[in-house]
Amino acid sequence: MNDFIQLIVSGTATGTIYALAGLGFTLLWQASGTINFAQGEFVMLPAFIMLFCMMAGAPLWLAFLLTCAFAMLVLGAGFKKVIVDPLIHHGVIPLVIATLGVAMVLKTVVRAGYSAEAQQFPSSFPAGQFSLAGITISYADVGTLILAAAIVIALQVFVTRTMTGRAMQAVAQNTDAARTLGIDAKRMVLYTFLINAILATVTALLITPTYLAKFDMGESIGLKAFFAAIIGGFNQTRGALLGGVLIGILENLVGFYWSPAYKEGVALMLFLVVILWRPEGLLGTAEERKV
Amino acid sequence: MSARRHLAGLAVVLAALVIVALFLKRSDVYLLTLWAVYLMATMGLNLTAGYAGQMSLGQAAFFGIGAYIAALLLKASWPFLAVLPVAAIVCFVVGIVVGFPALRVQHHYLAFATLGFNVLAYLAMRNEEAITGGTFGISGIPRPTLFGVDLGGHLAYWYWTLGSLVVLGGLLWWLLRSPWGRAFTALRDNPIRAESLGINITAYTLLAFAIGAACAGIAGVYYASLVEFIEPGPFHFSTSLMMLLAVIVGGSGRFYGPALGTAIVILLPEFLRGSSVPWLKFMQVWYLAFFGIAVIVLMIWLPGGLLSLRERLDRKGGPQ
Amino acid sequence: MKLRTLHLVTAALFALATGAASAQQPILISGLVELSGTGATSGTNFDNGAKLAAKEINAAGGILGRKIEYTSSDTQSNPAIAKALAQKAVDAGAYVVLGPVFSGSILVSMEETRRAQVPNFTGGEAAAITEKGNPFIFRTSMTQAAAMPKVARYIQNNLKAKSVDVMWVNNDFGKGGRDMIVKALGAEGIKVGADIPTEPGQVDFSSAVLKAKQSNSDVLFVYTNEEESARALRELRKQAYAKPIIGETTLTGQKVIELAGDAANGAIAHVGLTADAPLAPVKAFDAAFQKEYKAKSDHNGLKGYTAMYFVKVMTERIGKVDGKALAAAMHGAKMTVKDNPGVLMDVTFDNKGDLDRETFMTKVVDGKQVVTDVLPPLGAK
Repeated sequence: MNDFIQLIVSGTATGTIYALAGLGFTLLWQASGTINFAQGEFVMLPAFIMLFCMMAGAPLWLAFLLTCAFAMLVLGAGFKKVIVDPLIHHGVIPLVIATLGVAMVLKTVVRAGYSAEAQQFPSSFPAGQFSLAGITISYADVGTLILAAAIVIALQVFVTRTMTGRAMQAVAQNTDAARTLGIDAKRMVLYTFLINAILATVTALLITPTYLAKFDMGESIGLKAFFAAIIGGFNQTRGALLGGVLIGILENLVGFYWSPAYKEGVALMLFLVVILWRPEGLLGTAEERKV
Repeated sequence: MSARRHLAGLAVVLAALVIVALFLKRSDVYLLTLWAVYLMATMGLNLTAGYAGQMSLGQAAFFGIGAYIAALLLKASWPFLAVLPVAAIVCFVVGIVVGFPALRVQHHYLAFATLGFNVLAYLAMRNEEAITGGTFGISGIPRPTLFGVDLGGHLAYWYWTLGSLVVLGGLLWWLLRSPWGRAFTALRDNPIRAESLGINITAYTLLAFAIGAACAGIAGVYYASLVEFIEPGPFHFSTSLMMLLAVIVGGSGRFYGPALGTAIVILLPEFLRGSSVPWLKFMQVWYLAFFGIAVIVLMIWLPGGLLSLRERLDRKGGPQ
Repeated sequence: MKLRTLHLVTAALFALATGAASAQQPILISGLVELSGTGATSGTNFDNGAKLAAKEINAAGGILGRKIEYTSSDTQSNPAIAKALAQKAVDAGAYVVLGPVFSGSILVSMEETRRAQVPNFTGGEAAAITEKGNPFIFRTSMTQAAAMPKVARYIQNNLKAKSVDVMWVNNDFGKGGRDMIVKALGAEGIKVGADIPTEPGQVDFSSAVLKAKQSNSDVLFVYTNEEESARALRELRKQAYAKPIIGETTLTGQKVIELAGDAANGAIAHVGLTADAPLAPVKAFDAAFQKEYKAKSDHNGLKGYTAMYFVKVMTERIGKVDGKALAAAMHGAKMTVKDNPGVLMDVTFDNKGDLDRETFMTKVVDGKQVVTDVLPPLGAK
C-alpha cells in the first residue's frame, strides 16, 4: 500500500507540471484557435535564458523575473504578432505547420548557438526529503505541488472573478458576441498569449532541475502538455490540471506494476480511450467550433 | 498545362533521372533511391494532407510497419512481389482502425490520434524484441531478384525503385481522375456543397487516409530492402513531421508537390553536407533553423507551397 | 564557429604543406559521426577527439611526412544516412574511416567499408560488430562482453553480493550491456533480482527506483546513458537507497557527476577509458581537450583520439599508406605508451578487431571520480 501511495505522490508532483504547460495550451486554443506545436520549446527557451542570466551573475529569482519579461515579449507578444496574426485567417493547418517551424528554429538555435549537451539547473526548493507514514516525500515535490496548485487556482479566480478575466472568457467563447458587447477582443487575446508565456517560464523553473536543460527537452513536455489538455478537455481550464495529474499518476503506476517500457505511451493510450468514450474531454463541454 | 505538355515534361524528367544515375557515384545513386522511397510515402501523405485537408502525423509509423513486415518476410524468403501487397493491406487496415475513431469525433483529432499511434508503434518496435529485434533491429535483409534479374546492385535497385515509383504515381493519378477522385476534389474545393450532394465526408477522408497509409507501407518495403537493415530510429514521429513538412513545403494538394518537398528535405541537406564552400559548411549546423524559418515564411506568404509560386506570381497585384 | 575556425586552420595548414616544396598529397581520413539526433553527445565527443589528434599529428609533421585531412560528416544518428556517408567516404578515396559510434549505424556502414577494403575504426560497443568476420573493422574500446565479467567479478569479490538488481536503458548500448551483465553474473553464480528497463530520455525514475528498493537485492547495477544515470542517482538519493550502486563506463563519468551533484557520491563504476585515469598521457590529453573545446571529454572523446593515433602508429610501422596492409597489420598489433604516448594506454588487438587493455574501478568521492583499482588486461592473466 505504501508503494501505491508513494507512486501517487510523486506522480502528482510530475503531473502538476504537465498541467501547467497544458494549461497554456488550452488558453491559446480557447482564445485564438492556435494549436501550438512549439509549446515544449516555449518551456525549453526560458530554461536557457534563465541559465544565461545566472551565468551573468543573477540570482535565480532575478533570472526568473528577467526571463518572464523576455518570454512575455518574445514568446507572448512577438509570437502573436509575427506568427499567429498573419496566419490565423488561413485556417488551422498553416498555423500548426508554422509552429512546427518555430519549434525547429528554437531547437537549432539553442543547439548550434549554445550546446547540444544537457546542463544542470538549480532547484528552487531546498534539497532533502522527509518521511510521512513510511512514504518519502521530497521538499521539491511539495514545493512544486503548492506552487503549481496556487497558479492554477489563481488563474481560475482571475478568469471567473475579475472583469478582465471574464472578458477573456467571453472572447474565447464567442469572439463576435464579445465584440458587440464592447470588449476589446484583440487585447484580451494578447493577454492570453502573455499568460501562456509566463506559464511556460514557471514550468521551466519547476521542471528543468529534473529534466535538465537541453535543446530537445521540449519534445516530451510538449507532447505531455498536449495530451493533458485534450484528455482533460480542450475548452476547460481545470481540464488540463486533471489531465496532467492523471497522466503523471498513471505513468508511475504503469511503470511500476506493468512495464516501464510502455510508460511513455500511457498519455496516448489514455487519450485514445478518452476520445472514444468522451470526445470532448473529461471535463470538457461539447461545443461546435467554427474552424 | 495541357496533357501532352505534361506527359512530355514528365518523360524528360524521368529520362534525366535514368541517364544521370549512370554518371553518379554510388553514394549519390543511393541518396536518389532514398528520395524515391520517401517520395512513395509522401505521395500517400499528400492524399490525406493535400486533398482531404487533414493532418496526419503518423506516416512514419506506417512506413515502419511496412519495413518490418518486409524485413521479416524477405528474410523468410518470401518473394518481393508477394511482400508488397501484404504490407499495403496491413497498413490500409491499420489505417482504418486508427483513423475511424478519430474522424468519427472531430476531424482535427486525426492529427492527435496519428501522433499517438506513431509514438505507440515506435515503443512497440523498440520493446517487442521477439518480433522486431528491439533496439538492435534486423540486419541482413536481402535485395530482390525478379524474373531472374538480380536487383542487388545500386543502379539496378535504383531503376527498380524508380520504375515502381512511376507505377505507384500512375495509380494515384488514375485514382484522383476516377469518379471517386473527382468527388474527392469536389470535397476539398467546397465541402459544404459536396456534402449536400451526398458525399460522405468522413468515409472519403478515412479512405484517403488509409490509402495514404498503404503507400507508406509500400515505401517501407523498399526502404528495408534498400538499407538492408532496420531499427526503430527512422520510424520515430519526427520522421512523420519531416514527411508532413515535405508535402506542405512542396505544395500540398498538388500532384508533384511531394516530389519537390521530399527533394528539399532529403537531398538538399546532403548536398550541403557534401559541399566544401565555407558558407555552405556553416549552413550544415544551422540548416534546420533556416529550414524552420523558411517553413514559417512560406506559411505566411505562400501557404500553397513552392509549386503555387507561379500561380501566385500570375495573380500578382490582385488581392492577397 | 569553432568548427569553422578549425576548418580554416586545417585549410591553412594544408595550403602551407602543399605550397612548401613537397607535392605530397594529404592522407584523407573520413569521420562518420553522430552530430545530431539521439547520438549527438557521443558522436560530437568522438569527432572532437579525432580532430584534436589530427591537429596534433599534423603539427608534429603528419604521418610519414604527409598531413592528415580529416573531414567529418553527420549521420544524424540514422543508419540509412550512415550507409550513404560510408559510400561517400569510400568514393572520395578515404584511407581510413572513423565511426560511427552507434552500434546500429556501424552494423550497416561497415558493410560498405568492408566491400571497399577500407579499415574502419568504430566507437560501437555491441558484441555483434566483431562477430561477423569482417577483417576491416576495429574497435576503439573494450566490448561489453569483455567489460561485464570484470564487473561481475568485482561484485562477487569486493561487494560480496548474492543478488543484484539490473537497471538499464533500452537502446542498443543499454540492452547489449544488460544481456552481457546478466550472463556474467550468472557465470559467477550471482542471482539477478529485479530486471528494470528504462527508456532513453526518461525523466521520472521514481517507479524504477521503487522497484529496486522492493526487490531487496544486495547491489544495484545501473547501466544507462549519462543524463539518465544522473536522474537515476538523484532519485536513488531521494528515496534513500542504501545499497551499493555500481555501473560501467557511464555512471561515474564527469557529465554524470556534474548533473547529479551530491547524489553521485559513493557510486562505483568500472571504466575502460576515462579522462580521469591517473596516467600522464591521459592527463595531457584531458588538458589539451579542455583547452580546445572548453569541455571535458567523455570516453567517446578518448575513442576518437586514440583511433587517430592507432592509424598513425600502424601506418608508420608498415611504412606506407595502404589500407589493406594497415588492416592486416592491425590484427595482433601491440602498441605501447612508451613508444607512442598518443595511444594513451598500452593496447593489443586480436585477430577479430577487438582490443584489450587495462581498466579501472572508479568511485565518486566528494564530487570527483577517484580511481580505486587498476584491473589488468584480460589477456594478461
